Amino acid sequence: MNDKTLDLGSWINDAVQGLLDNHGGAFDRAGQLVAGFSEGIEQLLMLPPAWLLIALFVALGLWRIGVRFALFTAAAFVLILLTGFWEQTLVTLGLTLSATLISLVLGVPLGIWAARSDRVAATIRPALDFMQTMPAFVYLIPAAMLFGLGRVPGILATVIFAMPPAVRLTNLGIRQVNRELVEAGQAFGCNRRQLLFKVQLPNALPSIMAGVNQTIMMALSMVIIASMVGAGGLGNDVLASIQRLDIGLGFESGMAVVLLAIILDRITESFGTPRAQRGALRIWFDRLFRTRSPSLAKTQEPS
Amino acid sequence: MPEGKIVVEHLYKVFGPDPQQAIRLLEQGLDKDRILAETGNVIGVCDVSFSVQEGEIFVLMGLSGSGKSTLIRLINRLVEPTAGAVYIDGQDISTLPEAKLIELRRRDMSMVFQSFALMPGRTVLDNAAFGLEVAGMPRPEREAKAMAVLEQVGLAGFADKFPHELSGGMQQRVGLARALAVDPSLIIMDEAFSALDPLKRREMQDVLLELQRQHRRTILFVSHDIEEALRIGTRIGIMEGGRLIQVGTPQELIDNPVNDYVRNFFDAVDTSRYLTAAQLTGDDVPMFVHNGQAPRAATVCRLLEEQNKAFGIVVDEDNQLRGLISREQAAQLVEEDQTARLRTETLQEVEPVPADAPLEQVIERLVECPGPVPVVDEAGHYCGAISKTAVLSQLKGGQA
Repeated sequence: MNDKTLDLGSWINDAVQGLLDNHGGAFDRAGQLVAGFSEGIEQLLMLPPAWLLIALFVALGLWRIGVRFALFTAAAFVLILLTGFWEQTLVTLGLTLSATLISLVLGVPLGIWAARSDRVAATIRPALDFMQTMPAFVYLIPAAMLFGLGRVPGILATVIFAMPPAVRLTNLGIRQVNRELVEAGQAFGCNRRQLLFKVQLPNALPSIMAGVNQTIMMALSMVIIASMVGAGGLGNDVLASIQRLDIGLGFESGMAVVLLAIILDRITESFGTPRAQRGALRIWFDRLFRTRSPSLAKTQEPS
Repeated sequence: MPEGKIVVEHLYKVFGPDPQQAIRLLEQGLDKDRILAETGNVIGVCDVSFSVQEGEIFVLMGLSGSGKSTLIRLINRLVEPTAGAVYIDGQDISTLPEAKLIELRRRDMSMVFQSFALMPGRTVLDNAAFGLEVAGMPRPEREAKAMAVLEQVGLAGFADKFPHELSGGMQQRVGLARALAVDPSLIIMDEAFSALDPLKRREMQDVLLELQRQHRRTILFVSHDIEEALRIGTRIGIMEGGRLIQVGTPQELIDNPVNDYVRNFFDAVDTSRYLTAAQLTGDDVPMFVHNGQAPRAATVCRLLEEQNKAFGIVVDEDNQLRGLISREQAAQLVEEDQTARLRTETLQEVEPVPADAPLEQVIERLVECPGPVPVVDEAGHYCGAISKTAVLSQLKGGQA
């Protein structure tokens, strides 16, 4: 280590230390905000009894995908419940959801901005590459220094790691909307806001949802790693199994992560598929809850 | 400034790094290939001027890459012009601030697209109501209005369907309904029927013509199909390499194509279908003028014999048709009385055809009549006669 000619590392150390010394208060306040948000989500998940939460997921699976997936969801959650990982799974789910929501709140608008400006797109691209490829553990160090141990550095490191697909796929989705559709929007007098909300976003939705799906998957994998800074959840068990070389515990906790991942993946993926490709059940649900047609009949009566 | 619904003056569109430089080079007389090679600028539309009259269907024709799609997008400013002006109802579109432009697009112009460009996540009704929705009309009103236009295009029963559940022809009816719903005075149609099969294309042309009969709008129609252009176009503009090289009625283009590019469009077309009575008149039917006095039978008889013609037409000094005379009849009159004159009662009565009658009608009349068929204009003035020989030689020429 002594033969370094360029000591980039020590500059970074100084920079982070400087941030901590000069803006410690700001980081504390930001940390409290994130902590409050994530605790709120966790409590919300803990609020209903286990069977009700499972029932909600099963219903969601039935609505979006189908009977077979609903059965799988039920079986997966019962397995988690029986192996005794329910609470940790909820903590992990809560961390994943809060990190994902923060990622989307930041990432989707950034993606929209990038889609509208080539310069913005060109500027953020290397930043996104950096965020995605820098080994995930590395974020944990400054995050822990700035925010202390616990859920906050875990969530923020996760946000950095999981946000890029949301930005990229929002940008890509908007840019790939059929040119004639955009022209149709303009030709009928859309202003920029209407063009975005009535034409670009609805038609970019499959791509944006693919981004959301990716973000959730990456967030889930990262919150496990974030247990190293004390984020909690299933990651703790995974970490403990490594430290104790407990293959059984490793398998059980790992299994819970995998099952949670599959359920989140399929459900979010289903929101990105166009209506036409969805199952018959979905269409049946649509018919059941469709309320618009009668109002139309009313408007046609002479007044 | 010329009058018209749309007036386009010296319009240019250049795509590339330095459009203004490209225009300067164009003005110096360089051609577009050299400008592309030297500066990397692509000339999309080059010095185009024309006007479209209120209520006409103006068809822009050209091969792909001739700039016709760019040209119409300059007119509703989906594409920003590099130079020149576009006036709609006398208002210069090219300098309109964005808010005013949006207002104009919402109120008075709409567009139909080649690939239909329907929003896949919206029902047929919501698609048809799109323009009204964008303009801020409340849901019940816009749905009622959209429903009415869907009825006009024959899709009332499909309001709750999604575009992908409809055939191509039906999807384009939705596209048409969407354009009609805002009740615009100008509709721009970009290859609107090109993606449809020939039968559906004809059907949609009929729908369009029928809609025009009910309510005349100005339509700017882009097509690469000459049959379509001839069928629906009031006037046709032909584009080549970004320039508008000829504008005229179908007939004017058929009669006087400016170059081979234009002529080639009509090669595959049986242009005789577009011939009118006025164009079929030949010089092989002698005319005799009732000059204060009816012409002498002997003179007529002699002239017909000299020219070896079987029939002649008699008109009065106001160029009004009097009737038809055959050589035998004239000869018979002379036999009876050397000084006989061709009075109206001695002539064969013959029903003229109007000058704009199509070939089909002319042929029908020729079959009925033994002699030639006279042609008169709207005021009843004689403008020539059509003999069987003239029609046959025209057809032979037209087909060659």
